[in-house]
Amino acid sequence: MTRLATTFARLKTAGRKALIPYITAGDPHPRETVALMHALVRGGADVLELGVPFSDPMADGPVIQLACERALAHGTGLWQVIDMVAEFRKTDATTPVVLMGYLNPIEWRGVEAFAQKAQAAGVDGVLIVDLAVEEAPGYLPALRAHGLDCIFLLAPTSPTERIEAVAREASGYLYYVSLKGVTGAATLDVDSVASKLGEIRAHTQLPLAVGFGIRDAASAAAVGRVADGVVVGSALVAEIERHAAAPEKLPELLRAKLAEMRGALDQLR
Amino acid sequence: MTNLNVPDIRGHFGKYGGQFVSETLMAPLRALIDAYERLKGDPAFLAELDQDLKHYVGRPSPLYHAERLTRAWGGAQVWLKREDLNHTGAHKINNTIGQALLAKYLGKTRIIAETGAGQHGVASATIAARLGLKCVVYMGAEDVQRQSPNVYRMKLLGAEVRPVHSGTKTLKDAMNEALRDWVTNVDDTFYVIGTVAGPHPYPMLVRDFQSIIGREVLQQAPAQIGRQPDALIACVGGGSNAIGLFHPYIDLPDVAMYGVEAGGRGLETPEHAAPLSAGRPGVLHGNRTYIMADENGQILPTHSISAGLDYPGVGPEHAWLKDIGRVHYVAATDDEALAAFHEVTRLEGIIPALETAHALAYAKKLAPQLGAGKSMVINLSGRGDKDIFTIARLEGISLT
Repeated sequence: MTRLATTFARLKTAGRKALIPYITAGDPHPRETVALMHALVRGGADVLELGVPFSDPMADGPVIQLACERALAHGTGLWQVIDMVAEFRKTDATTPVVLMGYLNPIEWRGVEAFAQKAQAAGVDGVLIVDLAVEEAPGYLPALRAHGLDCIFLLAPTSPTERIEAVAREASGYLYYVSLKGVTGAATLDVDSVASKLGEIRAHTQLPLAVGFGIRDAASAAAVGRVADGVVVGSALVAEIERHAAAPEKLPELLRAKLAEMRGALDQLR
Repeated sequence: MTNLNVPDIRGHFGKYGGQFVSETLMAPLRALIDAYERLKGDPAFLAELDQDLKHYVGRPSPLYHAERLTRAWGGAQVWLKREDLNHTGAHKINNTIGQALLAKYLGKTRIIAETGAGQHGVASATIAARLGLKCVVYMGAEDVQRQSPNVYRMKLLGAEVRPVHSGTKTLKDAMNEALRDWVTNVDDTFYVIGTVAGPHPYPMLVRDFQSIIGREVLQQAPAQIGRQPDALIACVGGGSNAIGLFHPYIDLPDVAMYGVEAGGRGLETPEHAAPLSAGRPGVLHGNRTYIMADENGQILPTHSISAGLDYPGVGPEHAWLKDIGRVHYVAATDDEALAAFHEVTRLEGIIPALETAHALAYAKKLAPQLGAGKSMVINLSGRGDKDIFTIARLEGISLT
């Protein structure tokens, strides 16, 4: 079993929800990232989504755009991000790490070279925001051959035939985008999320994680009631932005913020 | 034999094009494809489009024989396709009229657009005013500075201009921001993309609406030139005016075609905007095409004297036309474009847009190579009134 499958199976047995934090690699500085990853695990993370910075993050709101700019200012490229995962793996062999980002940095290096390096470093899955399932056949074989789970997005606008197509190709988990908008948007309508998740569950056994619009313990708990996992990104990245000048405080701040969400999710049991 | 019938059903031009966007946009793109497939054969839609092109835009645009340029350049006969005479002063309106009609037929009440030089923004604001649609135009903060007359024009027309401060603050960032707006407001909003880039069906849609340029030349040339031209020349940023001229000629192998990219301070420097000449294939803004990126795949800042060509990607059909060898892609530098701008203004009494001046600069080199007895058609894609402040500033002339 892959690390992701093992993790979700363990959570299911325990009746717990997956807490999946996102941070952008290299933000506020490449030397901080591995420490932040460990801090998130101490705060109760089950899976880590590590953003690969991109110059043109067209699906992201201003918070993650700025995170990308901070990371790129220090030259954080795809290979450096993979090196960070390798470093993280030296002391954490169990927490799955998913790289999340845009296609061009992978395309530029070549998907085969990327998949090989990612596997060697201990990356577990890949979520490429702008790789729709229709264009995926050119990429999935290489990723799968190197044991990488391919996580896809589903959205409020996804019709049944797309849900089916995505469910056929995805592995690890499915990431449901809770709203029409970019990352960090404010509005979250749990009822409509619940109803769409019901529709998706009719087509897949994969765990369903929900992201976009989750910012604190209350919203995490609200989504946790209807999903198998909650993804929190911009709320953590905004914390990093606030303390970018004093990064030594960040591990404890992020740990504490995540621990609140962990606590709220565990109340749901 | 290369299949010239592109794109395929998924929007691929050979290995280029496609749909590389986030999941939320896949359904609205599907709806757009379906609507376009339905409407492009709908007599009512076509009649309305035709009426607008004739009576609102002023088509057909003239094919003009530039006799003084012909003498000065010493070679082929020079013909100019006068897209600068369209309403709003450039080819851009051919496309915005078509897309705004689509928006109307789809029941959308709000249109958004990205713009570089401001021509597409003005063309979008214009048609929005006429159709009573709300219009928001995204424009890089740097371009807002460079093209202030067009910003004011858009505001007069009732559009809201939102300066974009992220990234390099130019056209590519405006496009990112427009995509973010669209993903947030998909229910009531139609995204009017200004060039033959973006995800499928936009490269096809914009090409089809712009192809009126080449279709008219096909008809005008025999009567005026006596036969079809030997060469077609157009500037290429995203590439919509070029594809509009070239597309109807693709299967006429005797007609040579030249797409002129922005060479900026020279292709040997990093300061240009010529992905076909000096980039390589990658994925940007929803399609696979030639782009300019660093070794990590991060999109590079570009430079051109003309805001409308200052873009690190190019329409996927151009990428394909380059690879199959049907179109020659070349570049003209800032200085060459500026010299051509002045020469054409003084010899023909036509002030061309700085974008267009790149095509004119290359035409000047090509004319003697083609030689007397041959003829070439240059797409005079836009007028240069919007650029006079930029040029005055570059030449140290104060206008106030």
